[in-house]
Amino acid sequence: MTASVGGTPDRMTASIGDTPDRMTASIGGTPRGTTALLGAAPVRIAAVGVPDFAEVPRSAGADVTALDWRPPASGEPELAWRLAELTGHPAVEAANQEAVARLLAVRPVWTRVLPAREAIPALDDSGRRLLLHAGPPLAWPDMCGPMRAGVIGAALLEGWADSAEAAERLADGGALEFAPCHHHEAVGPMGGIISPSMPLIEVEDRATGRRAYSNLNEGAGRCLRYGALGEDVMERLRWMGSVLAPALSAALHARGEGVDLRAITAQALQMGDECHSRNTAASALLLRELAADLSGTAHAREVLRFLSDNHYWFLNFSMAAAKLATSAAHGVPHSTLVTAFARNGVEVGIRVSGLGDAWFTAPATQVRGLYFAGYGPEDANPDIGDSAITETYGLGGFSLAAAPAITGFVGGTVEEALRTSREMARISLARHEAYRLPALGGVGAPVGIDVRAVLDTGIVPVVTTGISHREPGIGQIGAGLTHAPLECFAKALEAIRVPALDAAPVAVAVAVSP
Amino acid sequence: MEQATDDTAPDDGTVRTVNSLRRDTYADSVALMRAARRLGDLPGVTAASLVMATEANLRLLADAHLLTAEAAEARPNDLIVAVRGDAEALAHALDAVDGLLEQTDSPTPAASATPAARSLTEADPATALALISTPGPYAAAEALKALRCGMHAFVFSDNVPLDQEIRLKREAHRAGLLAMGPDCGTAVIDGIPLGFANVLRPGRIGLIGASGTGLQQVSCLLDANGEGVRQMIGTGGRDLSADVGGITTLDALELLDADPGCELIVLVSKPPAPEVAERVLARAARAGKPVVACFLDGSGSLAGDGARPSGGEGTRSSAGDGTRSSGGGRVTVAGTLRDAAYAVVEALGGKAPRGVERPRLPVPHGHLLRALYAGGTFAYEARQLLPDAATGTETGTGMGPAAGEVLLPDRDLILDLGDDAYTAGRPHPMIDPTVRARHLRVALDDPRTAVVVLDVVLGHGAGADPAAALAAELERAPSGQRPPVVAFVVGTDADPQDRAAQEARLRAAGALLAPTSTDAIEWAAAMVTSPGHERAQELTTAGGAV
Repeated sequence: MTASVGGTPDRMTASIGDTPDRMTASIGGTPRGTTALLGAAPVRIAAVGVPDFAEVPRSAGADVTALDWRPPASGEPELAWRLAELTGHPAVEAANQEAVARLLAVRPVWTRVLPAREAIPALDDSGRRLLLHAGPPLAWPDMCGPMRAGVIGAALLEGWADSAEAAERLADGGALEFAPCHHHEAVGPMGGIISPSMPLIEVEDRATGRRAYSNLNEGAGRCLRYGALGEDVMERLRWMGSVLAPALSAALHARGEGVDLRAITAQALQMGDECHSRNTAASALLLRELAADLSGTAHAREVLRFLSDNHYWFLNFSMAAAKLATSAAHGVPHSTLVTAFARNGVEVGIRVSGLGDAWFTAPATQVRGLYFAGYGPEDANPDIGDSAITETYGLGGFSLAAAPAITGFVGGTVEEALRTSREMARISLARHEAYRLPALGGVGAPVGIDVRAVLDTGIVPVVTTGISHREPGIGQIGAGLTHAPLECFAKALEAIRVPALDAAPVAVAVAVSP
Repeated sequence: MEQATDDTAPDDGTVRTVNSLRRDTYADSVALMRAARRLGDLPGVTAASLVMATEANLRLLADAHLLTAEAAEARPNDLIVAVRGDAEALAHALDAVDGLLEQTDSPTPAASATPAARSLTEADPATALALISTPGPYAAAEALKALRCGMHAFVFSDNVPLDQEIRLKREAHRAGLLAMGPDCGTAVIDGIPLGFANVLRPGRIGLIGASGTGLQQVSCLLDANGEGVRQMIGTGGRDLSADVGGITTLDALELLDADPGCELIVLVSKPPAPEVAERVLARAARAGKPVVACFLDGSGSLAGDGARPSGGEGTRSSAGDGTRSSGGGRVTVAGTLRDAAYAVVEALGGKAPRGVERPRLPVPHGHLLRALYAGGTFAYEARQLLPDAATGTETGTGMGPAAGEVLLPDRDLILDLGDDAYTAGRPHPMIDPTVRARHLRVALDDPRTAVVVLDVVLGHGAGADPAAALAAELERAPSGQRPPVVAFVVGTDADPQDRAAQEARLRAAGALLAPTSTDAIEWAAAMVTSPGHERAQELTTAGGAV
């Protein structure tokens, strides 16, 4: 693995005493000439605070950089201090390197299509009526419109109810159980409802045997994931289970090996996708991989037509691959790497590698974007869906530079797309070795959000996303950009215990990208 | 282009829906949505949508009642412009479509520039030092980050929690870095001035100080006597407290002791905790070079006051010159800033200008001393001579004529106008003379005032013309009709304010100029403490150092 960590102009990951030059000039050491303390001229100084103070050393020839400083950690002094304690901390640095190395080592391969109940043990219990949903945990009474619609649609699909009203009564009566997709190694876009009979794609890392799942993408327009309900929606869901999934399974079987999603993602980034809100190229590439084997399956023509119409087809693959990689990075003690960002339409939350299963949540944000005719911001549901897992994997907003075609979502320019990817690098621990951004000279996509960097700079992760109507049954009404709120990160920081310095292992040398 | 209107659409009055079809015209959906938003903003347009005529999009249009019969037959590669509005607006909108679709992004050159670093962790890794002047509650965190990034830290900010200062300094010690501050006013590192610093010639003296203006006074006196500064390391006002334990001072001692370019070390501090003074002096005694320590705690001697012994190793004997030596003669303890500077000059074989003749001062009308300092260390130094002097003023209350006025105490007054009580919401008096000028006016008008003492600190960070506001107050009354004013200027000839001009300005306003802070307070104290008269009449050489 050749992924590198840090490096100018990206965030520098400093560790204690990592500058040999300075150590030789330090207390008790041997000073060298007249520049013993601050190194060779021009002396570099960083000024934090009152700008006038920068002028004093500058007048004597020092190279003084005034920081664009603002109170870190949401302006909470106690958190700012804790953040400082974690900065350059050898144990944290080592943990983050371990976590990000695990993330980058994952090779996501699409291996199977199978019913959710076969993939996820909790769904394979005829005594329970469990549904998985997007985002952090949420009870039925608190669910937003689109997610309620998803629940209703799923109850109808499973035959638990024969009408929307009956489905709601079931839920009201406590007969349905709910759990986040994320708690079962799965991810679902928008409402993210996964029920036992729905087909899932399985993505596997061959080296570790680790697996992650997502559902199949319904396409654009009226979809259950956006909260659309109706016979057309139900008909398509049934068709996906009875026709599409078997065809995909048969094609994969005929193909004899899985599909390397990493290779497709890498290519798609060269072709105008950021693999969250634009999947046009990746969907075509994936279809190309499978087309020959699909052509021999039953209903090949309608399956191929469905896939050729669906520009979002790859999204769920991108999400499952991202989940696979970030799950691999989860659970490294002391790591401040963000391993999930997910939204349930009411709250959004992050998970952090070193902080166990806890979610650190904030109210869901409104999405800034463009709306379909007849709809506006007043119709929009707040941010929803597991799809922001792609941002934690260096895609979406982090790779916005690769997808100039969607920068207009917020009236933005191509320049701003490039700037977004550059800014995301400032809060990321590494660059992806395979996912490269041609518009930035082929530099790797910034990957691995560091809680510390977000709070230190106040730069929040940018997410590209669809906009769902807030009422059940209507569906997608637009698309745009949003961000992960600072509050999630501040709460995560509150939960971090600072490892003892003396007990910490010595920081591993950091490779710096050219 | 084909146009179709659907008059059966559920529209009111003259509002109609128009579909305009462009065959085989592809545009990115985002471009289309942007164009649609602009169309929708046109007056008279109630809804607009531009979509490629895919099946899903046609359904969306139908749902929004924006689909007309003819456009419903469009093929997926056709572009549909659907607009609802009044007739005039529709024509206008359809004309505008081409222009909207051709609009391209205008590049924003600023976007490609490298943005400024927001955090020390983003700074150039070659950064050697962080200069921190944030609000106090954040300052220690920034300093700790600086250390973690391998930078020395200079922390001007005050109001930093004590426990954070201790953590910070311990970590700096462990990392082999300097934590100068918090509440560090001045430093000169490798010739680079930081904070309030004078333009000093380079040289062989290493200074360490927990007091900013004290360091400035000593370093300027050294400069005036031809000696230069190797390093001047500020430690922050609390470094020699029992809690902090002199961590930075001891680290700085190690550093200067090991630096062959440093031939002599000077320590300057407000009175330290005794056990810390003990430790620091013990370390100083082991140094491979002479050390002059000035703790402003009455050790050594000050004219007009008997030297009293203080903590310290070994037995110190009076050197008879205002200093005491210990540690085999290598550590000299000086009681005043002046004596510290002169001891340095003499230890290096030079001749200090001791015995400056005290000028004849006019007979005071009043009987109280009013020392109005911008530099806190000068107040400490003065209190050694006048330990019973008041340290604060009051402000008149109520509705009377004195309401809101400065009220001077009926005692001698030694005021540190840089204290928080006087700087709340204002810059330090070294920068903004307003508060001190107000106090000066009241002191000059007070018939009880025998003498006024003023410091004028020059150098980087200080005001551009600090003498002006003080001189203006003095000139309000002829010198015969107001109490005498003793002033001293802390600065060098190379300072940006032009020391000679500052001194001339004060002299022209009738101030008496003392060469040092120590001389100034000695002169003034002599006017109010001389025996034989109800406070001073005739000023004789009462002090051993004059």
